[in-house]
Amino acid sequence: MSFLRLFARNKGAVIGLVILGTVVAIAAAAPLLYPEDPWRSVGRPLLPPFENLRFPLGTDMLGRDIAAGIAHGARVSLLIGLVSTSVAVLIGVGLGAVAGFLGGRLDDLLMRFTEFFQTIPAFAMAILLVAIFTPSIASIILAIAVVSWPPVARLVRGEFLTLRSREFVQAAVVIGQSGPRIMFSQILPNAMSPIIVAGSLMVATAILTESSLSFLGLGDRNMMSWGFMIGAARTMLRDAWWMSVFPGLAILLTVLAINLVGEGLNDAMNPHLRGRRA
Amino acid sequence: MPTDAPLLQVEGLHIPLPGGSERTYAVEDASYTLANGEILCLVGESGSGKSMTANAIMGLLPEHLTPTRGRILFRGRDLLTLSEAELSRERGRSIAMIFQEPLSALNPLMRIGDQIAEVLEVHGEGDRATRERRVAELLDFVGLPDPALLRDAYPFRLSGGQRQRVMIAMALALEPAILVADEPTTALDVTTQAQILELIRRIQRAKGMGVLFITHDFGVVADIADRVAVMEKGRVVEQGRAADVLDRPRHPYTRRLIAAVPHREDAATKAPPSGPSLLEVRNLSKTYRPGGGLFTRPRVVRALDDVSFTLRRGETLGVVGESGSGKSTLGRCILKLLSADAGEIRFQGRDIVPLSPRQFRPLRRHLQMVFQDPFASLNPRQTVGRILSDGPRANGVSATAAVARARELLELVGLDASAIDRYPGEFSGGQRQRIGIARALALDPSLLVADESVSALDVSVQAQVLELLKELQVRLDIGIIFITHDLRVAAQICDRIAVMQNGRIVESGTPAQVFDAPEHAYTRRLVDAIPGLHWDPRAAVA
Repeated sequence: MSFLRLFARNKGAVIGLVILGTVVAIAAAAPLLYPEDPWRSVGRPLLPPFENLRFPLGTDMLGRDIAAGIAHGARVSLLIGLVSTSVAVLIGVGLGAVAGFLGGRLDDLLMRFTEFFQTIPAFAMAILLVAIFTPSIASIILAIAVVSWPPVARLVRGEFLTLRSREFVQAAVVIGQSGPRIMFSQILPNAMSPIIVAGSLMVATAILTESSLSFLGLGDRNMMSWGFMIGAARTMLRDAWWMSVFPGLAILLTVLAINLVGEGLNDAMNPHLRGRRA
Repeated sequence: MPTDAPLLQVEGLHIPLPGGSERTYAVEDASYTLANGEILCLVGESGSGKSMTANAIMGLLPEHLTPTRGRILFRGRDLLTLSEAELSRERGRSIAMIFQEPLSALNPLMRIGDQIAEVLEVHGEGDRATRERRVAELLDFVGLPDPALLRDAYPFRLSGGQRQRVMIAMALALEPAILVADEPTTALDVTTQAQILELIRRIQRAKGMGVLFITHDFGVVADIADRVAVMEKGRVVEQGRAADVLDRPRHPYTRRLIAAVPHREDAATKAPPSGPSLLEVRNLSKTYRPGGGLFTRPRVVRALDDVSFTLRRGETLGVVGESGSGKSTLGRCILKLLSADAGEIRFQGRDIVPLSPRQFRPLRRHLQMVFQDPFASLNPRQTVGRILSDGPRANGVSATAAVARARELLELVGLDASAIDRYPGEFSGGQRQRIGIARALALDPSLLVADESVSALDVSVQAQVLELLKELQVRLDIGIIFITHDLRVAAQICDRIAVMQNGRIVESGTPAQVFDAPEHAYTRRLVDAIPGLHWDPRAAVA
């Protein structure tokens, strides 16, 4: 059965894909929909939602358009989610592959190194890293990548360990392929499915981490972000609920959508689970 | 209950396959009967539906496979119409089953004795004390040593043969009228297989049970069957008394199967190989030290113990032994997939043991391997063309030349050239093994190590692949080390046979010497354990 049909069998995954598609479309269209800087005051402060059609989601205490903030915030969230995950997957695949394929002392060394990172609470380390490197989009991406690669490394190592002893890998040794070639052309393609699934779920975690950092005021000062909007709204929670509810909803829906898609990918790519649901 | 009704009668059984499968029925119009006190062997190749009919009798079919027509009469009662509750009462009490893989059928966290007692308990049999007595009785009956001690052992402590004995003890706990045995000896070594077959025959006689014995091996059939039913693609194509079916097969499919049973070639047809020496192995040793933590001393397993032999060009050396004899370790050491501890492997005069992986890589193309599992040995994500051209590419051949070579090779091993763009998943086991052979030949090796290369294949495919190997050897003048657990296969293809036990070569010689005048006691045990030793398949289809 084709991959798309397998994926489409999971209803949640399709719903997730639709929501995610909408978020991506909004992010892409943000400069067209809201060409003005989302930081600028454009209307009366604290305008409730659904009253003025120019500001359907209302304005904040400085008269900034909430809808514009959400559209521009989507760009930041997706960008940080994707880039930091890519960096983390690259580090994780690199270290995990070497550790799993070569084994022995190097494996021990790399795994103790990985565990060192896993023993430090991820979010505390992210805060520390952003604080040291001063908050900017690059330092946030770096911090998220640094705290999220260890699980990937362990996953990839496990896959490589089992695949390494498979007969087709031994066959590649026998025909005289070099080590790196075996790692990348024989083993890695067979380990891709779990990596993709883990990666897709990591995007959601990265978005949450970025929002949390921004909430604490450790976001990039030049970019409007969902977490910052909620952080700014926390003192006004009882006077202007819309300031925190809409960005919060945006985070919830995006993270939920990515998780649903990840779950769907897992079902479609993992042959053991096929036919699990009737 | 009519007394003249046969014990078990399967009538016109149809089990449809879900839509989109290659045939409409997994089992189509299958009919056979099993009488009291007889052993009926159900023979067929993989996919013939033989296990499916057994599962139907036990009511163990998965939900998407439901018999649509036919009846399964047990003493005149149709099992297919019984409710799940009624069926559970019959299972174990009237009909019991044993499986191919005893380890997966036993609960790893429960003591042997408790598992057997549980069978009795579930069916409300006796009290604790009588159950305990019965467990000891059963363990003794299936020939397990020291029942009192074994009762408290966990399954992982037992050998494969002992586990199968435990399974048989569980099946016998309630004195069933029918024992269904689905390939119960396939995962076992030959000598163990012979003991289990002997056990099944003994208890069948002692208890007067009917045994439905499912197997793919005609040798086993010859040893154990009273009557035989042959299945092909879901249909029973021939059935009758064992002597009739085995010695005078009528249906063409049965004849084909019997003709494919591995057998000894006539010694006269073979000239002794006289080519130059290709590989000399001298005093090779390899020791494994599994386990061994900080405080425990590692166990020491001598996988290879002072092994020496010579292989000539154009010669096939069979390495025969049971599991754990070190035969696979030997093959892997020769290819340097494992490093030997001591000794020499002289390939064309040069000792390859001390070479580093980097130094050895240029030599690799001369020594190739055909693997055991046709499903695991091909990368599922690569096309056949890529699989076949990877070797030449790694050895400096251009991409276009490698692909051209791949086409030639496919033809050489009897596959269509269109296979080149397809993925391994689209081929059958036999075709995949041909691809594996083509991959090994792509580098024009002078030595081929075939590690159980035909063990996973059906007999008719096995015969074809053996034929292909033999033909290629004559044409390409290569030396072959043929590693197998099956003496019959070794006898068919090998010029010389080396018998291994516990890492040592205990005897070697021509097939005629090894079979007719075995010198070592272990060789004699192996030869005596060959299933169907006293049946000559060639005479049947001559």
